[in-house]
Amino acid sequence: MSDSVAGSPIRVGLFVTCLVDLFRPSVGFAAVKLLEGAGCRVEVPAAQTCCGQPAYNSGDRADTKVIARQVISAFAGFDYIVAPSGSCAGMLRTHYPELFADEPAFLPEVEQFAERVHELVSFLTDVLKMERVAARYDGVATYHDSCSGLRELGVRAQPRQLLRSVAGLTLRELPGADVCCGFGGTFCVKYPDISEKMASDKIADAAATGADTLLAGDLGCLLNMAGKASRQGRNLRVRHVAEVLADMTGELPPIGAAERR
Amino acid sequence: MQATSHEFKANAHKALGDRNLQAALGILKRDFPGRRAAAVDRLPEFEQLRDEGRAIKNHTLAHLDLYLEAFEQKVTSLGGQVHWAADAAEARDQILAICRAAGARTVTKGKSMISEEIALNDHLEKNGIEPVETDLGEYIIQLRHETPSHIIGPAIHLVKEQVADTFRDAHTHLDPARPLSEPRQLCDEARALLRPKFLAADVGITGANFLVAETGSSIIVTNEGNGDLTQNLTRVHIVITSIEKMVPTLEDVSTLLRLLARSATGQEFSTYTTVSSGPRRPGDADGPEEYHVVLLDNGRSAMLGTEFQDMLRCIRCGACYNHCPVYGTVGGHAYGWVYGGPMGSVLTPQLVGVEEAGNLPNASTFCGRCESVCPMKIPLPKMMRHWREREFERHLQPPVYRAGLAAWSWLARNPPLYRLATEIGAAVLGWAGRSRGRFRALPLAQGWTNGRDLPAPEGKTFMALWAERQKRAR
Amino acid sequence: MPDSRERILGNLRRSLRRGGDGDAASAAVRARLAEHRANTIPARATELDRDGRIRLFQAMAEEVAATVAHVTSLDDVPDAVADYLARHNLPSDMVVTEDPELAPIPWERRPTLALRPGVATGADLVGVTGAFAAVAETGTLMLVSGPGMATRNNFLPDNHIVVLRADQIVPSYEEGWERLRALKTLTDGKFTMPRTVNFVTGPSRTADIELKIELGAHGPRRLHIVIVDDTPSD
Repeated sequence: MSDSVAGSPIRVGLFVTCLVDLFRPSVGFAAVKLLEGAGCRVEVPAAQTCCGQPAYNSGDRADTKVIARQVISAFAGFDYIVAPSGSCAGMLRTHYPELFADEPAFLPEVEQFAERVHELVSFLTDVLKMERVAARYDGVATYHDSCSGLRELGVRAQPRQLLRSVAGLTLRELPGADVCCGFGGTFCVKYPDISEKMASDKIADAAATGADTLLAGDLGCLLNMAGKASRQGRNLRVRHVAEVLADMTGELPPIGAAERR
Repeated sequence: MQATSHEFKANAHKALGDRNLQAALGILKRDFPGRRAAAVDRLPEFEQLRDEGRAIKNHTLAHLDLYLEAFEQKVTSLGGQVHWAADAAEARDQILAICRAAGARTVTKGKSMISEEIALNDHLEKNGIEPVETDLGEYIIQLRHETPSHIIGPAIHLVKEQVADTFRDAHTHLDPARPLSEPRQLCDEARALLRPKFLAADVGITGANFLVAETGSSIIVTNEGNGDLTQNLTRVHIVITSIEKMVPTLEDVSTLLRLLARSATGQEFSTYTTVSSGPRRPGDADGPEEYHVVLLDNGRSAMLGTEFQDMLRCIRCGACYNHCPVYGTVGGHAYGWVYGGPMGSVLTPQLVGVEEAGNLPNASTFCGRCESVCPMKIPLPKMMRHWREREFERHLQPPVYRAGLAAWSWLARNPPLYRLATEIGAAVLGWAGRSRGRFRALPLAQGWTNGRDLPAPEGKTFMALWAERQKRAR
Repeated sequence: MPDSRERILGNLRRSLRRGGDGDAASAAVRARLAEHRANTIPARATELDRDGRIRLFQAMAEEVAATVAHVTSLDDVPDAVADYLARHNLPSDMVVTEDPELAPIPWERRPTLALRPGVATGADLVGVTGAFAAVAETGTLMLVSGPGMATRNNFLPDNHIVVLRADQIVPSYEEGWERLRALKTLTDGKFTMPRTVNFVTGPSRTADIELKIELGAHGPRRLHIVIVDDTPSD
């Protein structure tokens, strides 16, 4: 667990992620609710913007380093840094050290930062030892494994474990859950037709399970999948897994759906 | 082989509309991953073997010059000949010279990606020698004048009806009304046709899955037995191989062989794994009188000591192809040269230049599935990113794209301005999309909205809402 | 081309920054080649006793569509072969290698069998060979070339019958290499490979068309293994 003083709450710095900040702040509030509900003290450093992935994956190491230094400095002093995204958490945890491998003076600080970074759901189960949530969701859901979360951070069993504890929710395994949905950051606009086919295949797999709800832990994947599903006129509710676990699904419509009461 | 990798986007677009290809890729995506997973599950030591395989190859690469010399010494002591080819042209010329000296009219060929890389068949044909591909998949694409679309199954992009059409068109001496609807019939027809060609060939050319320094051996791995009939029935056996196929000992290669078939097809072991060492021995009942190994560099030595060195560990199993969602969507021909999928995306820019092949390492989501199944633990996404870094340094990316990224990075480095821009963006888009909850079209976002809706933002940014919440709490 | 050889080796040495530590590197290479140490060998076969190895070999071979028969003596091989031919409606002509292992077989017991010793042709329907060893781990036969033992006999005949002694079954490839080294190390202590070592796992096959596995691509359509065990446990 953390090395905070016995009795004082765990101090978590929330890395909101640019997509959650811009498109769906409710996911950020769901994260806060879950973390505070587990006894953490959550702060949101104001100097955060982006994790630097767009620059990093486009080959601009220089700009990525500047952004990374900004992130590391903004999140100094927290027991943990938690992000509701496998791809942003993966960037901070596994790629920042690689980024600064050629700066031996700064690297220890980077590694010390990186090892405190966690993706939200796996933080709840692996660090806070949460085994269930108090939430209700009436529906049949299927879960897509976002690639970075799965392969960089080992997030697989944890969301399934917590989802199985949600009252009223039936979880069906998604065939090809570990196959990329086609988002890939800038990939989806650089190679849109390939991306769309991948998204289409993913939605077809989800629909084939008979689920009415598609969940994942990364908003990039979710915007992509929701956008494809609604363009195809499918009746599929797409949500971030945190919304379900935090019992907030009554407060906002699924992704891409109209505000309707 | 002339590269068309710069046309990747157009190639990919065509591939998406090719119904036969999509059906064929569907079979590949459905079958290959499960077969590999089952084989891996069956071998508790598999992960350990991956680590050992990586260590064997890293050690070999760190001493490649010495192992090549040891190999050459051994081959020569057995009565074989080693030829060193710095590039494709040299290799072609050396092979042609050997064939000419042997008076070759026809040459049988086992499957060899290196021979594709150096465009050997064209060269032989131009010089009056007929190359006969004997691997069933290679035979099919030779008839179709196509290139292989996968390093294990060259004709995997075809459905059986296309193969039947090809055989009917090519095998005109056979009854046009004969049934050819099943793979069994196609296989039998190819077997009957190729058997006399094996027996009539003057020279047999194979590749090498591995070279063994300890014994001066070349190893081929097939399921059909065509490589064996190629290298054993002629007077002259030529092995065309790149230098990084080297492995130190028989024990080391046994470890790699355990990884190869399981990763490639999910088999415990390929049907035929053949270790050939030099020409026939005095007293042998059969075997070639001449054994030539053409060692090709063609850019490999330039990769050592660079950030692309790990790519030299590749044992050409094809697992990365079979698990890549992009390959599974566009197939091998879209990549425009010899090697496709993730390994092709790393190797092709190295061998044909990043100006020609820059699209390949960019057409990846970095999902990482390739690296997770690579028996040699090659960090493929990392090396694709390195190619993007090289492109960035050389300003090879489209200017609009580069400018957009620069703008985003600049904003990201300026939190107060970032806050302002995102609040405006969220408000405008949130308001515009409030009734529907999504956009069917959006100016400047056609890349997204052509094929997908764009969900509308909630209207306020998290950071703004959080600031409000903090204020209320005070 | 001496030129290209020096260029390639020179490039490698430069890329590897081979300078001062040349001796250490050469020593490392010499040591590895001389020791030829085994890496991890899967426990699957190594933890079995003799009977377990035989059973595993058979199970793995049958998994890849080879067929297996058991006899307790070389004397029974002619019957086993005749049975096989009858079962598959095959004529009694066969080409047999001059493998010393096969020499004691009393073929005259089944006089209708028409043997031709020597090298197979493209027309042979049935070929009989011995084996050097067999690997239980994956049901794999290890066959070597030599005087009277043509490699093409493993590939040209439609039906390949292999006579294998139970004691030739080893747990894994590494033991096969050990046995080969023991056999092929000449009086000067140097190990020389045969021209060809074939590892054969089942009959020939391809999956090149729609990933559908078809047997008998270019090599044998059928592989039949007759295990001769003169000390069976039951």
